[in-house]
Amino acid sequence: MALDAMHAEAVAGVVDRVVARYRRDPANMVQILREIQEDCDWIPPEAIDRLQATLGVPRTKIEGVAGFYAFFYTQPRGKYRVLFSDNITDRMLGNKAMMDRLCNNLWVERGKVSEDGLVSVAQTACTGLCDQGPALLVNNLAIGGLTAERIDYIAELIRGKVPLADWPAEFFQVADNIRRADILLTADFEPGAALLAARARAPDQGLLASNMRSWREGLPSGIGGPAATLDEIKRANLRGRGGAGFTTGLKWEACRNAPLKAGQQRIVVCNADEGEPGTFKDRVLLSTFPDLVFEGMTVAAYAVGATRGFVYLRGEYRYLLDGLNAVLARRRREKLLGHDILDIPGADFDIEIHVGAGAYVCGEESALIESLEGKRGTPRNRPPFPVTNGYLDQPTIVNNVETFAAAALIALNGGEWYAGIGTRQSAGTKILSVSGDCEWPGLYEYPFGVSVRQVLADCGAVDTQAVQVSGPSGICVAADEFDRIIGFEDIPTAGAFTVFNQTRDMFQVARNYVHFFQHESCGFCTPCRVGTSLLKNLMDKLHRGAGSPYDFAEIEKLNQLLQSMSHCGLGHTACNPVLDTIAKFRPYYDKRMMQKDFTPAFDLDRALGAARQMTGRDDPHAHLATEHGGQA
Amino acid sequence: MSLTFTLDGKSIPFAEGQTIIQAAQAAGVFIPHLCYHPEFKPHGSCKLCTVKVNGRHTASCTMRAAAGMVVESETEEINAERRALTQMLFVEGNHFCPSCEQSGNCQLQATAYHLGMMSPHYDHFFPNRAVDASHPDFLLDFNRCILCSLCVRASRDVDGKNVFALSGRGIKTHLIVNARSGQLGDTDFTPADKAAQVCPVGVILRKRRGFAVPIGERQYDKAPISETANDNC
Ligand SMILES: Cc1cc2nc3c(=O)[nH]c(=O)nc-3n(C[C@H](O)[C@H](O)[C@H](O)COP(=O)(O)O)c2cc1C
Ligand code: SF4
Ligand code: SF4
Ligand code: FES
Ligand code: FES
Repeated sequence: MALDAMHAEAVAGVVDRVVARYRRDPANMVQILREIQEDCDWIPPEAIDRLQATLGVPRTKIEGVAGFYAFFYTQPRGKYRVLFSDNITDRMLGNKAMMDRLCNNLWVERGKVSEDGLVSVAQTACTGLCDQGPALLVNNLAIGGLTAERIDYIAELIRGKVPLADWPAEFFQVADNIRRADILLTADFEPGAALLAARARAPDQGLLASNMRSWREGLPSGIGGPAATLDEIKRANLRGRGGAGFTTGLKWEACRNAPLKAGQQRIVVCNADEGEPGTFKDRVLLSTFPDLVFEGMTVAAYAVGATRGFVYLRGEYRYLLDGLNAVLARRRREKLLGHDILDIPGADFDIEIHVGAGAYVCGEESALIESLEGKRGTPRNRPPFPVTNGYLDQPTIVNNVETFAAAALIALNGGEWYAGIGTRQSAGTKILSVSGDCEWPGLYEYPFGVSVRQVLADCGAVDTQAVQVSGPSGICVAADEFDRIIGFEDIPTAGAFTVFNQTRDMFQVARNYVHFFQHESCGFCTPCRVGTSLLKNLMDKLHRGAGSPYDFAEIEKLNQLLQSMSHCGLGHTACNPVLDTIAKFRPYYDKRMMQKDFTPAFDLDRALGAARQMTGRDDPHAHLATEHGGQA
Repeated sequence: MSLTFTLDGKSIPFAEGQTIIQAAQAAGVFIPHLCYHPEFKPHGSCKLCTVKVNGRHTASCTMRAAAGMVVESETEEINAERRALTQMLFVEGNHFCPSCEQSGNCQLQATAYHLGMMSPHYDHFFPNRAVDASHPDFLLDFNRCILCSLCVRASRDVDGKNVFALSGRGIKTHLIVNARSGQLGDTDFTPADKAAQVCPVGVILRKRRGFAVPIGERQYDKAPISETANDNC
C-alpha cells in the first residue's frame, strides 16, 4: 500500500474511534477535533475527509470550527508544540529570554516549525500559572517555574524525542499556593453533605413554600427542597464570581421558570474557562476542591430542575481532565450523580467535561454555549438569554466555578450565614489570584470589603505603583486609591490582582493587554475585529516613538466606538487598559510623545526588517538613520 | 390596537416579532445596513444598523421592536459612528473602487457615500488575499470581502449546499469554500445559486460580464442607497 493510503487509513481509524466515543454527535465537534489532534499531532485533511463522511457534516463547517481555536492546527506544528505563556507577569519574570534560549537550543525560529518537523515554539495568552511563571505549555500540558536549566533540559528531552509521559514528573507539578484561606479554601467538605442539607430543607422555611415542584418537572413527590434551596441562594445575596456580578438567585429562578418544550431539559454549565489574564483561582478550586464545585452544580440542578451539566474547562487546564473525570466517576458510585441521586426517584443529573482550545472569548457565556454545541465561539445575539434559550435552545444557567463552590456552602449552612460575611452589598468571600511584584504570589481569600492596601501588605508587596484588578478588562488602581475596597460597591473583580512596582513601565503593561485583546477578538463584529487591530497598531506606533497627541484623540475615539458598537464584553472593555493608564500614568505616554504633530505610522527602516532577516544582518549599517529615533 | 414605537420622533407601526429594521423598512424609513437582508436570518455582525433604543446602542436588525420603544437613528452621533465602521471595513480589505466591477452597485460604497465618508481615515492594513479564479463561471476576489456572511446564509439556508463558511478568528477571519482544495471550482456552486446573487460588495463576480453596464449608469449612480435599498434589499 502506498504511504499516503496507509496514512489516510490510520487517520480514519483514529477518527472513527473518537467519533464513536462521542456518539457520532456533531454537537461534540470541539471535543472530537481536540482528541483527533491529541492522537495525530494536528488535524490533517484526511481527518476532515473522514469526519465529513462519518458525521455527514459539510467540510466548511468542520474547517470553520478548526480555524477558530488557537490550539487547533490544520497545518503540521511538530511532535512537540511548545507555547510560552505571554501574560505581563510572564514577561516580568523573563519569559522572552527563556523562549529565545529554547529556540536557540533547538535551532527553531519563533513561531515556526523546525526543519525536521519535530518541534514548534510560539506564544500564547496567559496560561493561569502567573504565581509560578514563567510558564509554558507543551502539547497543552503546563510547565511552570521555568529556569535556564529547565529550558536546557526540555530542549534535550525534545531533541531526544522522549515521550512526554517520560519527562520528569516534577516539571508538571502545579502548586496551589493558598496563602490566605477563608470559608471556601478551608472547606473540609463531606461529599453529599450539601445535597442532603438541600433536600432536608423543609418547604415552610422557604419564601416560595407553595412551589412544590420536585427535581424533575412532573414527578409526583412531596419534596419542597428545590424552591427552598433557591430561597437560600437568594437570601445569601450571592452574586456571580465570573466578573459581571449578576444575582445568582435571579438567574436560577429565571431558568427554573422557563418553559420546557417537548424533549427538552434544563442545563447547568460551570464556566471554567478562566481566560482573564492574571486569574488562576478556578484552577485551584478544581484541582483541590472538585467535590465542592461539582456539588454546587448539583445543588443548582436540584434548585432549577436540571438534568444535564457541563464543565467548560479551558484548554490550558487539560492536565486536570483525568483527575476531574475520576472524581465524577466516584460521585456516580456514591449516588451523588447519575440516576436517582441520594436514592430520590427521578433525581437525575450528570456532568460532562468539555475542554476548550485556546479562545478567551469562549468565557463569554453565549460563546461558551456555542462552543459546547461544537461551533465557532461567537457570542450570540441577545435577547434571548441562555436562561431561556441556552444549550441546544434549552433553558441553561452558566455560572463561574467559584459561584458554584459558594452555592454548595450556602446549601449546607444557609443563606443567612453567608449573607453575614462580607459587606452589606457584597456577601461572602472572594478569592483573589495575586501575582506580579510581591513576595508571596498565590491565592488570597478574603471576606468582601478588604482594601487593596491590606492585600498588598499581606502578599508582601513593596514600592507598589499600581494594581490591575480583574485583569485587562478590569481596572488599573494607582497608589492614591489603595484604600478602595474589593466589592461590588467599589472595585468588582473576577479575581485577578496583578501587582506592579515602581520599576514597571505602565505603558508596556497596557500594550501587552491591548495585544491580548487583539489576539482574542472573535472577529464577528466590525468594531472589535478591526478596532482592536487599530488600537494595537496605535500602541505599537507609540512604542516606536512615532506618537503625537493626535494619537491620544484617536484612542479616545476608538474607545467610544468599541464601547457603543461592539457585540460583546470583549470589545466593550478592550480600550480600558489604555484609558486607565493614560489617565493615571500619563508620564509613561508623554515620554513617548516624541512628535508634536501627527506622524505617519509607516516606517521605512522597519519595512526593511524582512530584508535584514533574510540576509541575517542586523548591524548598524543595515539600518537607516531613523527620523524619530524611537526604540526598536 | 396597533403596536407602534417611535423612530426619530416618527411613529412606526410593527407586527409582533418584527425587528426594528424590518418595521422601519416597511414604513419606508432607511436604516443603513450591510449584513442584513430581508430574506435571511439576521446576523448582527457589521453593526452598521446600530441605533439607540431608549438611550442604549443596539443593532436594529436583531432587536425585536417593542411597543413604546424610543429609537434614534439619524443623529449626528450615530452616523459618525457608522461612518467610522465603514472606514474600518475599507481599510481592513483592499477596496480599489475605480477598478472594481461592482463599483456603483456596491452597498459598501453606496453606504459610505450616504454617510458622507470622505476618506478612509485609518491606515490601510493592505492584507494579502489571493483571488480564486478556478470556477468556470465565477471569480472570487476576497480582497473586498466584508465578512457579512450573506453568501454563507444563502448557500446554507436557501441552496442547501454550504458552499461558503467563515473560518479563522479575529482579524484573520476569512471566507472558505467547501472543497478540500479550497477552490471554488471544486465545489458544486452554480450560477443558479442564491449565494451567487447576494454579495453586497465585489467578491462573488460573474465571469465574462465585466462592465456590461458602464460605470455611471449603475444602481447607486442613479439614486442613493437610502432611496433604493427598500426596492431590493
Ligand atoms: C470576553 C468575556 C470573557 C469571559 N470569561 C469568563 C471566564 O473565563 N470565566 C467566567 O466565569 N466568566 C467569564 N465571563 C463572564 C460570563 O459571560 C458570565 O457572565 C459568567 O460566567 C456568569 O457566571 P457568574 O454569574 O457565576 O459570574 C466572560 C465574559 C466576557 C464578555
Ligand atoms: S466584540 Fe469582539 S469578541 Fe465580541 S463579538 Fe465582536 S469581534 Fe467578537
Ligand atoms: S463574499 Fe460577499 S457575501 Fe460572502 S461574506 Fe464576503 S462580503 Fe459577505
Ligand atoms: S445590518 Fe445589522 S449588524 Fe449588519
Ligand atoms: S466598489 Fe469597491 S469593493 Fe465595491
